Amino acid sequence: MTFNPNLLADLLQMWRDPLIRSAWEGGTIVAVIAGVTGYFVVLRRSAFTAHAFSEIGFAGAAGAVLWGIPPIAGLLLGSTLGGLTIAALGRRASNRDTQIGIVLAFALGLGLLFISLYSGYATEAYSILFGEILGISTSLVLLTLIAGLWIMTAIGILYRPLLFTSLDEDVAEAKGMPMLLIGTAFLLVVAVAVSFAVQVTGVLLIFSLMVTPAATAQYLSKRPQRAIMISVGIALMATWVGLFVGYYESPPVSFFITGIVFTLYLLVRGIRLVVKP
Amino acid sequence: MNAAVPKFPVSQSNLIMAEGLAAGYRGKTVWRDASFAFGRGEFVAVIGPNGAGKTTLFRMLLGLQRPMGGSIKIFGDQPKRGNPKIGYVPQRHIIDSETNIECLELVRLGLSGMQLGFNPFSHWERDAALAALEAVGAVELAHRALGVLSGGELQRIFLAEALVSNPDILLLDEPLSNLDLRRETELLHLVDQVVRSRGVTAMLIAHNINPLLPHLDEVMYIANGKIATGKSSEVLTSESLTALYGVQVEVLRDPHGNVAIIGVEEHHGDMR
Repeated sequence: MTFNPNLLADLLQMWRDPLIRSAWEGGTIVAVIAGVTGYFVVLRRSAFTAHAFSEIGFAGAAGAVLWGIPPIAGLLLGSTLGGLTIAALGRRASNRDTQIGIVLAFALGLGLLFISLYSGYATEAYSILFGEILGISTSLVLLTLIAGLWIMTAIGILYRPLLFTSLDEDVAEAKGMPMLLIGTAFLLVVAVAVSFAVQVTGVLLIFSLMVTPAATAQYLSKRPQRAIMISVGIALMATWVGLFVGYYESPPVSFFITGIVFTLYLLVRGIRLVVKP
Repeated sequence: MNAAVPKFPVSQSNLIMAEGLAAGYRGKTVWRDASFAFGRGEFVAVIGPNGAGKTTLFRMLLGLQRPMGGSIKIFGDQPKRGNPKIGYVPQRHIIDSETNIECLELVRLGLSGMQLGFNPFSHWERDAALAALEAVGAVELAHRALGVLSGGELQRIFLAEALVSNPDILLLDEPLSNLDLRRETELLHLVDQVVRSRGVTAMLIAHNINPLLPHLDEVMYIANGKIATGKSSEVLTSESLTALYGVQVEVLRDPHGNVAIIGVEEHHGDMR
């Protein structure tokens, strides 16, 4: 594991390890999903909701570990149930901060209970909370790919109504848009996206791929399609660089991802302070 | 052709028609016994105190709320949600300074935001959106971010968004709030010009009748559960409002023709 100035040779050497290879494949898919979904999360001001999904998913994952089923099943179940609940609360979800906060505090407590009941290693909890990208198995990569294709199809179909209802709720409603249906579909997409992104970033660092790249991209382009591409680009770059550096250095990959996207965000905001758009 | 069958099922004088219309929420009446008819190309001002049910009237026209009684017809039919012939500018848009999306995109969504599927930038849509921006004199704002616009500029963009689908009816909910006197005059001239040049029937909710007086054809005064409709010189008089509301209402006019209505909850109109 020695660093060589020939980056391609380094990569080829890394990828010989199937564990690392799966991490690169899974991380790449997750970065694309998170970059795209994140744009709408930021546009709809639903960052808090996305965070709540990941914490409700934490209770699900901890429960899954306790009962010996794959954590991703618990994550998906938890976040999807959370998504349906928040959708049922009503379409003005941005005013639901208090309720969402109350539910997620309880979910975290439940997760803590499951972890304490589980007699195995505490590393399991640690990797759910902070991400363990090297724990992605080949079958999980396949599942991530299927989820990714599903999410991209759903957003591809809902692209314009999603943009319209996010930007101009009242007019969209008057134009006959099924607001509840679109809102629910979007929350389910976010729930699935969060469940898979948690594998890379962990429950607590979910914003580093779901929010920061999209928020940075929004400053860089006024056109949604272009901003989404930039958002994906930032998420991909951070994941790849994080994986690369994490191979040689001891801090976890999710730390590097968080650090890279945050630095980029500060840089873009700083430049915008000096150069007015 | 059979002479007994009218040439146009919907005559020019009843694009919007209401008979004994009543509105309310959960059994509580907001206003009732409203009868009015508006034709093509009319500019109607809707005024009245807060909470009198002005926005309720719009929601009914948009098919978002059912009447509690009476009938309402638009183009000879029941109002239905998503009628493409109605352009709507709601009172408050959620556009904050963080919204870094270009105006052209919002206007384009007014045309095709309802359609499924991902659209590679269609030239036809782009041209239609630019034409709508041109009609409101805001082409130069096409590539500016929504978040950095002033209140007056935003109202122009919202107007373009409503006009892009070529509606026959335009519903504007308090577009003049948050505008200074000069922007207010500019926007009213613009709406007036749209109404005259496109034959669009515009209903505009406002707090103050006076800036509207040079432009409007009809006025709707909503207060105390009743609606008075007609020419401003007929409706806005002490006699007619006193008769309608059964309390003493005073309509004052200054030498410049400005109106102040005193006696119904709060007064409407400033002498200036």
